[in-house]
Amino acid sequence: MFRRLSRWAIALPVALALAGLSGCGSGRPATSSASAPASAAGGAEEVTVFAAASLTGTFTELGKTFEAAHPGTTVKFNFGSSATLAQQITQGAPADVFAAASPATMKTVTDASLAGSPTTFVRNKLQIALPKDNPAKVDELKDLADPKVKVALCAEQVPCGAAAVKALDAAGLKITPVTLEQDVKATLTKVELGEVDAALVYTTDVIASGGKVTGIAFPEADQAINDYPIATLAKAPAGDLARQFVDLVLSPQGRDVLTKAGFEAP
Amino acid sequence: MTLHARLVVTRPAFTLDVTLEVAPGEVVALLGPNGAGKTTALRALAGLTALSQGEIVLDGRPLHTLPAESRPIGMVFQDYLLFPHLTALDNVAFGPRCQGVAKAEARRAAATLLERVGLADRATAKPRHLSGGQAQRVALARALAVRPELLLLDEPLAALDAHTRLEIRSQLRRHLADFDGATVLVTHDPLDAMVLADRLIVIENGAVVQQGTPAEVARRPRTDYVARLVGLNLYRGVADGARVKVGELLLHTSEQLDDAAFVAFPPAAVALYRTRPDGSPRNLWQARIDGIERHGDNVRVHLDGPITAFADITPAAVADLDLTPGQRIWASVKATETHAYPA
Amino acid sequence: MSSSVPEQVDLPGPPRGSGGRPAASREVSGRPPWMLVLPAVVGLAFLVLPLAGLLIRAPWSTLPQRLAEPQVLEALRLSLVCATVATAVCLLLGVPLAWLLARVSFPGRRLVRALVTVPLVLPPVVGGVALLLVLGRRGLVGQWLEATFGVTLPFTTMGVIVAEAFVAMPFLVISVEGALRGADQRFEEAAATLGASRWTVFRRVTLPLIMPGVAAGAVLCWARALGEFGATITFAGNFPGTTRTMPLAVYLALETDPEAAIVLSLVLLAVSVIILASLRDRWANTP
Repeated sequence: MFRRLSRWAIALPVALALAGLSGCGSGRPATSSASAPASAAGGAEEVTVFAAASLTGTFTELGKTFEAAHPGTTVKFNFGSSATLAQQITQGAPADVFAAASPATMKTVTDASLAGSPTTFVRNKLQIALPKDNPAKVDELKDLADPKVKVALCAEQVPCGAAAVKALDAAGLKITPVTLEQDVKATLTKVELGEVDAALVYTTDVIASGGKVTGIAFPEADQAINDYPIATLAKAPAGDLARQFVDLVLSPQGRDVLTKAGFEAP
Repeated sequence: MTLHARLVVTRPAFTLDVTLEVAPGEVVALLGPNGAGKTTALRALAGLTALSQGEIVLDGRPLHTLPAESRPIGMVFQDYLLFPHLTALDNVAFGPRCQGVAKAEARRAAATLLERVGLADRATAKPRHLSGGQAQRVALARALAVRPELLLLDEPLAALDAHTRLEIRSQLRRHLADFDGATVLVTHDPLDAMVLADRLIVIENGAVVQQGTPAEVARRPRTDYVARLVGLNLYRGVADGARVKVGELLLHTSEQLDDAAFVAFPPAAVALYRTRPDGSPRNLWQARIDGIERHGDNVRVHLDGPITAFADITPAAVADLDLTPGQRIWASVKATETHAYPA
Repeated sequence: MSSSVPEQVDLPGPPRGSGGRPAASREVSGRPPWMLVLPAVVGLAFLVLPLAGLLIRAPWSTLPQRLAEPQVLEALRLSLVCATVATAVCLLLGVPLAWLLARVSFPGRRLVRALVTVPLVLPPVVGGVALLLVLGRRGLVGQWLEATFGVTLPFTTMGVIVAEAFVAMPFLVISVEGALRGADQRFEEAAATLGASRWTVFRRVTLPLIMPGVAAGAVLCWARALGEFGATITFAGNFPGTTRTMPLAVYLALETDPEAAIVLSLVLLAVSVIILASLRDRWANTP
């Protein structure tokens, strides 16, 4: 009897719960955590910036500059994989500015008509990253083809991996990495810990590691330059402020911060 | 295979200190109320509870220095503790297997034992498919399978219903008679003890208060607990010839004694009267009815007064006398129905 | 009970939880209280709806050709093999550890029990880094492993197993320890009186008695290992055929092709559900 009873007792509420939840789903828009109190707090305003993980250091610095120039304004950042950020934006995340690490990820957002026309604000080039003691005695790119050398690359699906493939193609090299990492930071970590003898990462990452790895530039990197586009989003809740933040990034002052971190001017 | 044991187990609020002697082939029952320490004594013999002091010597060999698994014992637990994942046969074969007997041979031996307890047809059954009586017999067979020199039974019949109990009790008695080692069994049921044991050891509060054959114990209880068990009214007093002074009351008895003595008489020997009876029987006292309850086919009346006593009378007598609790009444016992013995 | 008949009859009548009134008290075992049923149903919906989301968004038309890709099968095979071997490793080490925690009292046992749960609390990626620091090429133990046996764990299938076992073992240990604590120790005493050594007692009595707990723990452990991502990619890296398990493949697919990621997730889900369901039937039939 109990079984029969419970089946009924469960079926109805399930239906109700499903109905209720789907109702909630349609009313989702702008109430997510990222932007909340902007207008309500009278005077205090907020810009929400979605930026590629490789921009963490430089954009945080620029954010402080921006806040200093616009008293009462806060800049909130969401750093992450460009692809993930793009997906969050297309799923309705309330962002004002999107700075991506590749034109392809920016394209998914512009294709959905969610952003204005993007501007390339910096470029990033690959370097060979080596552990400080360089155990495999790597001097140049072709040394990575030696099967005894353990190499980490980014997976082809992420921008640094795509760039690595392009550069290696340009050099006519076929190398077998031991791992294809999910992002450039993970790749760099493997070098820092000495688990691999070499990796291809961005110049900015080598600089950001603060001397824990050695970087070697190589000519083929020029064939695989990564453009970083930035755009204000169509539905930017912060409106004008969003544009002003982008202006700061594009200004000489912004460029100065970025090039110090190893980015190149477009 | 004589067992000699002094068992001392000290706990924060309890001390067990008992001495046992069990001859080969003898069955000794440890009888006592709950919490008396009888199961603790049994566990100490098995090696499941550590001795604080004392010794266990079986046939001249000390056992108390050995862990449970090295003692030549077989134990039947109160709820049998048959391994639920093994068949009846494998439960019985478990012990021999542990002793290094080959699997096939252990199973053969187990099958023989199951046959002896009349369960050859239940060999492949898992314990949860066995009835209480069957499980009890499998447990006995399992304990006997290790060819123990000392057999320990903890309330072997307590988990059975009344009907099964009767049947299993007589079977168990037969198996115990066949067993030539020493047997110690623990029970709180006097009937089990009387039927199964050659000798009773009564334990109260961790100490032995009385021991002897079932007949001796039943006839001459020495504590209120034993008296209640065997269904007697028991008093301790001072004897002077054929009279024993119990408190304020002088009880006339048929035996001649001196000094401290017990007087016992069965509740059925007590007669009740609404008014003081004529012809004045020797032992007469005025009592107050404390309670009335059914007792088998009769009615048991609890009496308060110079002595507390139980009186068993017929339901017809209750009606005739119109008894109610609180009522005052006369009670008498014939001297010939009492039994006095030295304390 | 005869009372079951009228109860069945009036069942379809009352909607939802209208039974929370005194009338319910006339049958103690009657209606499940709505205060339990309602949150239970919400909880269930919470767990199941994301799955429904995946099913709705799955690109069913291209499903067959996606499944036929050799890389998918390769990752699936690797996932199953690694999760199974990791579960075996966890059983081998975790059951004795659980026994130790449940049955042997030693100083610092509480601390050890807390330490066992560390992999549960640690973000898996951090767990992976921690494993690198110990078992990596320059790690405390890893250095020695390489010098003595020429074995390096990172970037190998063995490394995947190590990472999965690290993350999944607490599930097994906690579940088995619970089973051990719940098991009636008097069976072990009974076995001792029959002459069984402690090892025999464990093998022939304790283990069979706690088997349901061990099985439940192994299932949790296996499921956790199967879904393991962070520690695996950090410690073992990601290379097709050797270390790219399904979750890694899913994550990378998500970067460029969310539909492929959904397909891969569904494959992983379907396979694990089928395996667990069939195992469960087997256990249910031979308890």
